[in-house]
Amino acid sequence: MSPKGNCSPPAENEVYNLRLYVAGQTEKSIEAFHNLERIAEEHLKNRYKIEVIDLLKNPQLAEGDQILAIPTLVRKLPPPLRKIIGDLSNTERVLIGLDIQTKKK
Amino acid sequence: MMRQVEPGEEFLLKSQTGIQGFDQITEGGLPKGRITIIVGGPGTGKTLFGMQYLVNGANMYGEPGVFVAFEETKKKLAQNTSSLGFRVNSLIKQKKLHIDHIYIERKEIEETGEYDLEGLFVRLGYAIDSIGAKRVVLDTLEAIFAGFSNENLLRAELRRLFKWLEDKGVSAIVTAERGTETLTRYGLEEYVSDCLIVLDHRINDQISTRRLRVAKYRGSMHGTNEYPYLIDEHGISILPITSIKLDYLASKERISTGIPRLDAMLGGKGYYKGTSILISGSAGTGKSSFALTFANSVCQNGEKCLYVTFEEAPDQVIRNMGSIGIDLRQWIDKGLLKMSAVRSTYYGLETHLVSIHKIIEEFNPSVAIIDPITNLVTVGLPADVKSMLTRLIDYLKGKQITALFTNLTHLGGRIEATQSEISSLMDSWILLRDIELRGERNRGLYVLKSRGMAHSNQIREFLICKNGINLLDIYTGPSDVLTGSARAALEAEEKANAVLRQDEINALGLELEWKRKMAKSQIESLQAELDANEAEIRKRINEAKFKQKTLADERAGMVKMRKVNGTVSK
Repeated sequence: MSPKGNCSPPAENEVYNLRLYVAGQTEKSIEAFHNLERIAEEHLKNRYKIEVIDLLKNPQLAEGDQILAIPTLVRKLPPPLRKIIGDLSNTERVLIGLDIQTKKK
Repeated sequence: MMRQVEPGEEFLLKSQTGIQGFDQITEGGLPKGRITIIVGGPGTGKTLFGMQYLVNGANMYGEPGVFVAFEETKKKLAQNTSSLGFRVNSLIKQKKLHIDHIYIERKEIEETGEYDLEGLFVRLGYAIDSIGAKRVVLDTLEAIFAGFSNENLLRAELRRLFKWLEDKGVSAIVTAERGTETLTRYGLEEYVSDCLIVLDHRINDQISTRRLRVAKYRGSMHGTNEYPYLIDEHGISILPITSIKLDYLASKERISTGIPRLDAMLGGKGYYKGTSILISGSAGTGKSSFALTFANSVCQNGEKCLYVTFEEAPDQVIRNMGSIGIDLRQWIDKGLLKMSAVRSTYYGLETHLVSIHKIIEEFNPSVAIIDPITNLVTVGLPADVKSMLTRLIDYLKGKQITALFTNLTHLGGRIEATQSEISSLMDSWILLRDIELRGERNRGLYVLKSRGMAHSNQIREFLICKNGINLLDIYTGPSDVLTGSARAALEAEEKANAVLRQDEINALGLELEWKRKMAKSQIESLQAELDANEAEIRKRINEAKFKQKTLADERAGMVKMRKVNGTVSK
């Protein structure tokens, strides 16, 4: 399971700055938020920050992160920037997208 | 669609593009409040068309626009189009234009379940609302197919997007790449059925021409032909192939040919304004001189003239005309004469046509001269040339521009035949020809046809000399038209004959005089004789009378002496 991109995976103690773009309280958005919280709690305990941006309220923010699809999760930190679209229901793909090394128990 | 149409007002409103020629062929522009697909291969000018639509909308029609670029960045787009004088940045500052660059990098995106393209809608909606846009261009929307893997979802979202745009009430252009099986690569034409424009780029005989076709325009009349278009420093310009109607005004005004005697041949006043005139002739008959004499006369009257030549450089033309006493430089300096010289093979036929159109639009002359049209034949097929000229003539007539064309006819061919059979398009046709006779070559001209005027049927000889073109007197002798030295010889002979005849008349007059004198003298001598006779006779009468008297006297004396009666008187 090699990460996408050419950069080496982030170190274990790095803080994740995550931004979730939604457009109103849609089913998919709520679903995505719950999925994100769950995954973050599980894999990034105490080293993550989630910011939810509702584009219906702040449409001008869509341009900055080149948002087309909703919901989109953007990993602002650590670099490089990554985008994960969809309701985040496929946990495995979310982890790949966020480039999180799963701890083998 | 949420269109509210009142009964009786169900016509389609148009959104003018301001692109030269396009609004004419679509009778007013793109469908207002609907979506137009522009499809074409690379380099056909799709992006440019879109940008021009928005810039013109902002500048000319007071309609702000949003440009969504899926391929080029904002900066690049502004740079590329500023070279066309679009000053995109200042429009952005004035809030008349908004450019949004949507960048999709598949590598960065991980799909993890269900999603939609609400983000695109939000961005678009925000951009539209922020400047109150009435026009939207999505260039090239199909790029999103490369960014997302779920094609079914994309198609559903596109359908939703188009409907959403229509509900927004904006007029939109969606550009698309040309596909192999479907018209557009991803079959977008399935979703948008209002207006479909195809741009094409074809190369024939190494000459490339761009063409535009309105493949579909629901609810509107539109020309179905392929229209050539040009991309130059002012953007796209299209020219309508032919105006469908023959409804131009026919002027009664006349315009001098610049040669008084030629005017006289054309009903005394010259050409009609706004008609098309053909001057044909073989090489060296003076076609260009005629054309430029006309140009000179037009400029003398303070009107503008365009001279398009495919043969000579302007300098050479000016020098040559100087040799026959016509100074064209002054008109160029005064801005009345514009010369456009380009090799005919430099462009394709259509491009020539478009470029002539453009010059005319800019310069707005009252007379246009194309010298010669024959050269265009080398660039296209005869049918194409004819169609091009038809369009050009229609265009010029529509603008009430008098057009003069020259045409080279080849020796040996039928002299009345124009190569592309264009004579039927012409209103006046002046034929210049060489008259070869007795080891000489002289120039003659006649008016083959001239619609709407009583024109001369005479063949006239003309000379091109230091002071221009001179039409010689009509030779109205008993035999053929003669030219050159033959004409001079015949004229001399005629003169000699006339002298002889005059001599004869004089001689006869003298004879008459003499006869009269003779008769008179005879009468005088007879009178004298009569007079003489009369005198003689009178003398004799008197003598006789005297004799008679003396006899009587003598007798009386004798009686007295004889005293016969015995009585003495007294």
